[in-house]
Amino acid sequence: MMATELVSISNAESFNVRGVENLAKYIFSRLGYMLVTFLVIATFTFFLMQTLPGSPFNDEKLSDSQKERLYEKYGLDKPLPLQYITYMGNIAKGDLGVSFQYDGRPVTNIIGERIGASAVLGAQSLLLGCVIGLFLGIIAAIKHNTSIDYIAMIISVIGLSVPNFVFAGILQYWVGVKLKWLPVAFWEGFEYSILPTISLSVFVIATIARYMRAEMLEVLGQDYIVTAKAKGLGSFSIVMKHSLRNAAIPIITILGPMTVTLLTGTLVIEKIFSVPGLGEQFVKSIMTNDFSVIMGTTLFYSILFIGIVLIVDLLYGFIDPRIRLSGRTK
Amino acid sequence: MHVENKEVTDEMFLPAKFSKTSEEISRPTFTYWQDVWSRFRLNKVAFIGLILILLILLLAIFGPLANKYGSDEQNLTRANLPPKIPILEKIPWLGFNGVDIKGKDVYKEKGVSDYFWFGTDNLGRDLWTRVWEGTRISLYIAFLAAAIDLIIGVSYGGISAYYGGKIDNIMQRVIEVLVGIPQLIVVILLILVLRPGIISITVAMVITGWVGMARVVRGQILKLKEQEYVMASKTLGAKNNRIIWKHLIPNTMGPIIITTMFTIPTAIFTEAFLSFIGLGLQPPVASLGTLINEGYKLLQVYPHMLTFSAIIISLIMISFNLVGDGLRDALDPKMRK
Repeated sequence: MMATELVSISNAESFNVRGVENLAKYIFSRLGYMLVTFLVIATFTFFLMQTLPGSPFNDEKLSDSQKERLYEKYGLDKPLPLQYITYMGNIAKGDLGVSFQYDGRPVTNIIGERIGASAVLGAQSLLLGCVIGLFLGIIAAIKHNTSIDYIAMIISVIGLSVPNFVFAGILQYWVGVKLKWLPVAFWEGFEYSILPTISLSVFVIATIARYMRAEMLEVLGQDYIVTAKAKGLGSFSIVMKHSLRNAAIPIITILGPMTVTLLTGTLVIEKIFSVPGLGEQFVKSIMTNDFSVIMGTTLFYSILFIGIVLIVDLLYGFIDPRIRLSGRTK
Repeated sequence: MHVENKEVTDEMFLPAKFSKTSEEISRPTFTYWQDVWSRFRLNKVAFIGLILILLILLLAIFGPLANKYGSDEQNLTRANLPPKIPILEKIPWLGFNGVDIKGKDVYKEKGVSDYFWFGTDNLGRDLWTRVWEGTRISLYIAFLAAAIDLIIGVSYGGISAYYGGKIDNIMQRVIEVLVGIPQLIVVILLILVLRPGIISITVAMVITGWVGMARVVRGQILKLKEQEYVMASKTLGAKNNRIIWKHLIPNTMGPIIITTMFTIPTAIFTEAFLSFIGLGLQPPVASLGTLINEGYKLLQVYPHMLTFSAIIISLIMISFNLVGDGLRDALDPKMRK
């Protein structure tokens, strides 16, 4: 017993030295890509702003001189390269521009005001989705090839396939309009967040249940589980102590893409349930052609996306020592 | 071990008789695709998915012809009619009896004697025709996007993996940057510039969509090109072209098909999503997404306007996912028993 422990410790140490070196290299290359990706997006948005059809000032009531003054005010009359430099400089300073529609309100201001509701919604659905999803996945794996397993997988396939706006419609109509159990729109308290949270979390539940089941099935077939069983451990403690932790690690990798899907979902769900979040604002800006808000929010979303994916990747590297970081840049 | 003391006879040392038939393969040999098909057929769920897809395809093509109404025939005297289907109207709980949510027979009230199978919308247009034409457009966009993804992805991934070295390095750096850009953002920005339309929506989805396919193909080809039979082919003097088209591409077909099967539902969802945030197709063209979006506006009074398009989009997504899952299992030769 002692000997094996010692060996495993020394192995772990030598791995750590290598691991830290690799990790540093890995973090740097990831940060580099992150920066390039963001620059690409920022440049893209800048040039799109130039070519966008229609103008935020296409109000017929405005005279030519008034339009000119507006252009001057928003700095749109300077030469293009100069505009680009100012634009990039502003982003670096954390200034995402000003709204055309809301008479010069900074976009960051609008985001700050709207992000609260979206964050609450996102966090609630992630939490709900993880709890139910993990539960379903574990149950399905333990009761593999029984009716419980099949039911869990049917739920998972439906949750993965049926679009969230369809779920939102069903919930809004049946729970909200017909049964009148919960409010169908607006944001005035916890009960207002229940339906949007459920609609958003369906996808999370389905994805996590599916992955968890697959991972659990794999872990349950491992030798150390057989050993644990042979030692006479109860199935409850095998599941809780031996399988769960190892099976849960790969789940972290899907959290990145999942957050992206969640954010996409907030656009639709917030619109359906009239939640005053960032997604609803974004859709509204598209409707009113408020390009500076669209671009500002887009940049904000990009930073969020890229940041989350990076954090998830790094987290995974830290948590699971089996991952050879050097081997990750396929 | 106990060895029996058997008597050793001379017959034991006679030469064995060889017949020509003993070496013959008695069962018919299956090609790879026949094998895949036989495995796929056994998967009931996936098979049902396939039948559903075929059914929806048929209805999308021929459905609009099944009745006499056009998709943009407006007639306000027959607006907002709930669905009514002959025979099925006799079963009240099915909801095909022309009675609206308040329980009154709208057909009788408005004096309409025709049957509108899926009802009509707020402009009196027949929803059956509109839904199937919308399905047609949605499927068209999805198939087009998947096809372009496939062409770009396979070429890019194939070239990158096959030539390797510097080319691969540069191509992979490009992919790494593209992967970091969320598809949602690219799609929204592009549609803002290009204005919503069938082609612009497809292009917007393809711009980042092909990356997944390229990665799958590259991974597969990298694995394949180290195999002995490719080396043998090279040694025998086969040209690059021959190796790519005869050895590498056919063996990559499995992952390519699976990826495509999952691209299609994603594309259908993305199109519907765009309609939802106000970047969908413009009238008179309607897709499932725009129909759902319209249906939402009147959900609380006339739920039937949302019901059918929502059911069909869900069925399409479910069946493509099921078939994709089924194919993934069927195409894996390790599953062969």
